[in-house]
Amino acid sequence: MSEATRIASTFSALKSADRMAFMPFIAAGDPDVATTAKILRELASAGADLIEIGFPYSDPIADGPVIQASYTRALSKQVKLKEIFEMLSSVSGEISAPLVGMVSYAIIFRYGTENFVKQARSSGLAGLIVPDLPGDEAATFAAMMANEKLDLIQLIAPTTPPERAVKILQRATGFVYCIAVSGTTGVRKELAPHLADMLKSLRSQTNLPLAVGFGISGPDQIEHLRGKADGVIVGSAIVKLLEPLSVAGTDTTSVIRSVGDFTRSLAKAAHRE
Amino acid sequence: MSVASSKAPSSTLGPATSQVPDAEGRFGEFGRRFVPETLMHALEELTVEYAKAKADPEFQKQLDGLLRTFVGRPNPLYFAERLTKECGGAQIYFKREDLNHTGAHKINNTIGQTLLTLRMGKKRVIAETGAGQHGVATATACARFGLPCVVYMGEEDIRRQKLNVFIMRTMGAEVRPVTSGSRTLRDAINEAMRDWMASVDDTHYILGSVVGPHPFPMIVRDFQSVIGRESRAQCLETTGRLPSEVVACVGGGSNSAGMFYPFVDDTDVELTGVEPGGRGPKPGDHAGTLSYGSKGILHGTYSYVLQDADGQTSDVHSISAGLDYPGVGPEHAYWKDTGRVRYLTIGDEQALATVRHVARTEGILPALESSHAIAYALDRAKQRPASDIIVVCLSGRGDKDVNEVARLTGQEL
Repeated sequence: MSEATRIASTFSALKSADRMAFMPFIAAGDPDVATTAKILRELASAGADLIEIGFPYSDPIADGPVIQASYTRALSKQVKLKEIFEMLSSVSGEISAPLVGMVSYAIIFRYGTENFVKQARSSGLAGLIVPDLPGDEAATFAAMMANEKLDLIQLIAPTTPPERAVKILQRATGFVYCIAVSGTTGVRKELAPHLADMLKSLRSQTNLPLAVGFGISGPDQIEHLRGKADGVIVGSAIVKLLEPLSVAGTDTTSVIRSVGDFTRSLAKAAHRE
Repeated sequence: MSVASSKAPSSTLGPATSQVPDAEGRFGEFGRRFVPETLMHALEELTVEYAKAKADPEFQKQLDGLLRTFVGRPNPLYFAERLTKECGGAQIYFKREDLNHTGAHKINNTIGQTLLTLRMGKKRVIAETGAGQHGVATATACARFGLPCVVYMGEEDIRRQKLNVFIMRTMGAEVRPVTSGSRTLRDAINEAMRDWMASVDDTHYILGSVVGPHPFPMIVRDFQSVIGRESRAQCLETTGRLPSEVVACVGGGSNSAGMFYPFVDDTDVELTGVEPGGRGPKPGDHAGTLSYGSKGILHGTYSYVLQDADGQTSDVHSISAGLDYPGVGPEHAYWKDTGRVRYLTIGDEQALATVRHVARTEGILPALESSHAIAYALDRAKQRPASDIIVVCLSGRGDKDVNEVARLTGQEL
């Protein structure tokens, strides 16, 4: 990609300010798309540098129980892709933080790969994370994404051998999603001991920003990653706070405010404020 | 019987060949690997180790020995004389996988994959199961070699298949109930894959059907191909010729893949896969993936899937827990699109009636899964001349289904 993408520019600006990027994750449509729009605005105003939006999928094998339950709640209300894209179009102009879609390739394939990429672009997404599209299968799709000036974020796992990592990094743009643990998404008390070595090794192989996700839930873990990673991704801990929204009679405003407060605390840790 | 699936073959694929998949796991355009990066290394490692094992005479010798002395192979090709007479047409033969140890074809694959587990030095096995036959077969193979075994099973399937749950636990396996989604096979596979993501260093996932990412569809097909190889040889030996038609039921598609594969290059032999037609063609009422589904991705492979316009997997139904799956093996998708195999559906009621009919006519109680295939074969035999031969894979015995059959027919045990 000749010119910097929105994601690359965001990381570059943060690096100049000696800050780590904080990236919260939420699922679209839990409990409904209108509330998702409100949550996105709250996350942005609470200091999120990028925001990941999970597209609900019926069989998300990379996700743990918290995010799976969030997807199930959204799908139980029959949320459709069309509504998600419309909602993203309506909020993306107001939010300066790049929005990144987390989508199963099953959904993209069914929708039509080219159509999906065009729709992602027109609804204001800056990139996509496709957890079940490993680098080996990603070449054609990555080219489509590049044509639309979107980043296709590549993932590297603790189980990825060095020679595979080299191949994956050759195709990577935007940032590298470093999976902190072998397993699914979800809160872990402690980060795996090998993580620092993995980040050190990746750092020597690429100039792309390294962002760590899976298992991150608190300021201490963010502090632990300072100097080793350029960003952190927090999903399940935030999605867990949103669970009450599906319960009738819950005060939506106060739940969203509590998510904002949590996001603020994590963003402050990442920004060292 | 519905033949909604008998469409013209794709013009780009050409005729089917047995020389699939390629190195990337492609069966024509189907197959491959669509899984999280965390699993990619294990799949690459499995591919390499399987290739070595396949070429290793010692591995093959050990496998053959176990199939003979532990599983009870070769099992017979049985002439269903009374059913043949009753139909008044083609001669009907049953390939008796129901006579295997643990009562179904599933043991062929689990013995093979357990040997692979040992060869790879993995210390623990996980599996998923629908009707419980794969769970029982995995638990049995693990008990035989002293490997700890965890089996994921949907809560709805646990209700339907109490006998098999008891057997798995007796064999020392831990049965973990799955409460997400439709609480059936599809959700059990999701949970097994999640477990594998977290335990891939020391655990092998013994997938039970010809589904999932490469190399699983190939490995399971290869281990199940003993069914078709024996059938082919036994038919030649007994009748002096190959069958006119070979029939098997298709859920995920492992008994049928094992049955069909050795006949793929015998272009004069018709191959027919029978899917669960359930209550009817309405979405959610059946599990006829090839008959009613569309191209898509599920559980790491590109095949046909029952899904909605947004790519969400559909809920499915079958009277048989073993066929209750919204996807199908990628090689079946390839056979469908090349026109090599014809796929059609048989509904719940006809399958249920066939259990009783076969029991009373031949003294054999077939599994509900197999009775889908037999039901079609009985209809088909009537349309064929007496000189024709139809071989049906009797994939498993019906003992596990007796509670469900009694409940559905309003009888008390």
